[in-house]
Amino acid sequence: MSNGGWTGTILRVDLTTGRISKEPLNMDWAKSFVGGRGLAARYLYEEMDPAADALGPDNKMIFATGPMTGTNASTSSRYMVVTKGALTNAITTSNSGGHWGPELKFAGYDMLIVEGRAPVPSYISICDDDVRICSAEHLWGKTVWETDDIVREESGQHDTVVTCIGPAGENLVRFAAIVNDRHRAAGRSGVGAVMGSKNLKAIAVRGTGGVPIADPQKFMSAMWEMKSKLVEHPVTGEGLAAYGTAVLVNIINESGALPTNNHQVSQLEGADNISGETLADTRLVANKACFGCTIACGRVSQLPGEAQDKFTVTTRPHNWKIAVEGPEYENAWAMGADCGINDLDALIKANAMCNELGMDPISFGATLAAAMELYETGAVSDEQTGMPLNFGSGEALVAMTEKAAYREGFGDELAEGSKRMTAKFNRPEFFMGVRGQEFPAYDARAIQGMGLGYATSNRGACHLKSYTVAPEILGIPEKMDPAVTEGKAEITKIFQDATCTVDASGLCLFLTFGVGLDEIQPQLEAVTGISYTVPELLEVGERVWNIERMWNQRAGFTGKDDTLPKRLLEEPIPDGPTKGEVNRLGEMLPEYYEIRGWNAEGEPTKEKLASLGLA
Amino acid sequence: MAKSLRIIPEKCTGCMQCELACSWVQTGMFQPSRSLIRVNIFDEQASYAPYTCFQCDEAWCMTACPVNAISIDADTGAKVVGDANCVGCGLCTIACPFGTVFYNPDTQKAFKCDLCDGNPACAVACPTGAIEYTESESADWLGGWAEKVNESYLTSIEGGNAA
Repeated sequence: MSNGGWTGTILRVDLTTGRISKEPLNMDWAKSFVGGRGLAARYLYEEMDPAADALGPDNKMIFATGPMTGTNASTSSRYMVVTKGALTNAITTSNSGGHWGPELKFAGYDMLIVEGRAPVPSYISICDDDVRICSAEHLWGKTVWETDDIVREESGQHDTVVTCIGPAGENLVRFAAIVNDRHRAAGRSGVGAVMGSKNLKAIAVRGTGGVPIADPQKFMSAMWEMKSKLVEHPVTGEGLAAYGTAVLVNIINESGALPTNNHQVSQLEGADNISGETLADTRLVANKACFGCTIACGRVSQLPGEAQDKFTVTTRPHNWKIAVEGPEYENAWAMGADCGINDLDALIKANAMCNELGMDPISFGATLAAAMELYETGAVSDEQTGMPLNFGSGEALVAMTEKAAYREGFGDELAEGSKRMTAKFNRPEFFMGVRGQEFPAYDARAIQGMGLGYATSNRGACHLKSYTVAPEILGIPEKMDPAVTEGKAEITKIFQDATCTVDASGLCLFLTFGVGLDEIQPQLEAVTGISYTVPELLEVGERVWNIERMWNQRAGFTGKDDTLPKRLLEEPIPDGPTKGEVNRLGEMLPEYYEIRGWNAEGEPTKEKLASLGLA
Repeated sequence: MAKSLRIIPEKCTGCMQCELACSWVQTGMFQPSRSLIRVNIFDEQASYAPYTCFQCDEAWCMTACPVNAISIDADTGAKVVGDANCVGCGLCTIACPFGTVFYNPDTQKAFKCDLCDGNPACAVACPTGAIEYTESESADWLGGWAEKVNESYLTSIEGGNAA
């Protein structure tokens, strides 16, 4: 038994019957899956049929914290939303920071499991032991920010933290997000649409309890050691603090790896206009940290007077006078470079609207980029789109952000995500993604390892599941050549497993720019009172990766889905420093399966599963 | 010259490390609801403001206490609640014009910042230097800050009207 870290209690809410129950956490699973992404995947594997309809009542949503969540370890803010993704039909693990995860922990719960479908629009209100399902009929149609204000007001407590969906989630936009603290999102794979399908508008939490630590003395010393390393590291101590994640725009662009115009080229002209450096010089008003974070990569920006009226937005002019969060690197890429747009003000507006309306800016931006290619090749007409959708048009970006969230006009096509949209207009080759989920901001032709990572990612294309950009471009922890395939299978497996472990702990993956499992291990041990070696922690990650893989197999995915679009495999990058490159996935995938202990079809073998305790 | 806690809101990122550190001192757990320093977040203004007792000279908490449970620490100058005497009536929490004296439902007594006997945990924990424990002429830094905030607020309203 543990005497720290975990609260030991799970909260379960069945929206169909209105039944609310509390149950003890399965401590055997807690030990072998730790928490967050891992523990939630274990529960989802046990409890739900992966073949169920993602938008039906049989899909379950797990909001999961880790044992480190809510402690004073740096970046202790994270919670995971684990469910069947509306965009992908695969298991998804969407991570968010802010204050909501710690608050759930302070209320006394490691995880919240939401089941069924509410008969009418509802929200869940949690104040320590007092848990209720409340009517949300008056909230339906409200934006994230309006909902946040109203629900906090209704709770009567200033410190209540709200996570909710906006109009995009209600309208079942396939890439709708769940947003907490107004600007922090469990963004990808359509978790917001799943919440919308359950008629669940918001979850408000107020917790007054505490997180105990099993071995305080050991914890404090390990905690301070990690914090000092984060301060000393050039990325976590300087780069991210000074320029946010968008510090990557110029670096990746100069490497010839910034996908532009729906991955047609890999460099954006005028990329510096949307870089973290330009943001800091012209629009940044503050750095913002998530709960417990000593890095503070969050950006808060504000449009000056002359920029407030740029681009047509039909609603809420007030919003352009206030400070808003972002843009971050991924958003700046998807709605910027991938759409050929280098206007920072367009990005600030579109990004804020994604937060306000509850939408993933990566998939939205990438879907708009695919729509722009449809438009420029004549696959869709002006009549269909309602306005010109040329690459580079900030006007189109801002207008379509709103239209997609409300499914108005051509926005209704965008709202289906680029895989479904490009298929409908007979250009499936314009879909740039894996398992139905759009790529993030790194061209896999320029960074071989990222291609393998995308192709095998359980939740579809994602930069947060094996970020081999770190070694291949940034040289962290050691430089690898991005153009070679040798060694990439091995590093991808290690990164995938280690990432699962970080995601299970309740810490933020961004700390791994500066530290690793060596620093996390003593903290996790001290918090929980359970001994883990670093190899054991890597095995926890491998266990999580394999159970996600098995879940997907049951949902109907096979090794055939471990692939990339033809453009990345066969169309060489036409220009720039990476000219002539394609992704050579075929050189890496068989080796990857072998290292994973999977058969040639990409299925985990019985021996592998037995060794991980999953047989 | 005495040392006092100075808070520089412009440097605060809203990370809550001060609340975590303070709550650890109070309860031996990470429990922000029992922190004696509170960070207020004003999203639309991009302003994050940690806020705690600044050991004001008037000390209405001391004046209000019916059982003289609050005394001044000779070394730090902090106004300290003596648990042995406190009867938990809550008058000090009402008397404090700054809202920085709290009632602890677990102990059923009042509690407030006591400067951690001269080594405030919040200042140690702050990663951005937004909370300093330094020598100063007067502990009353808050007056100047309030004036400044008020001024910029008025400017922003006037600016808004002009636009």
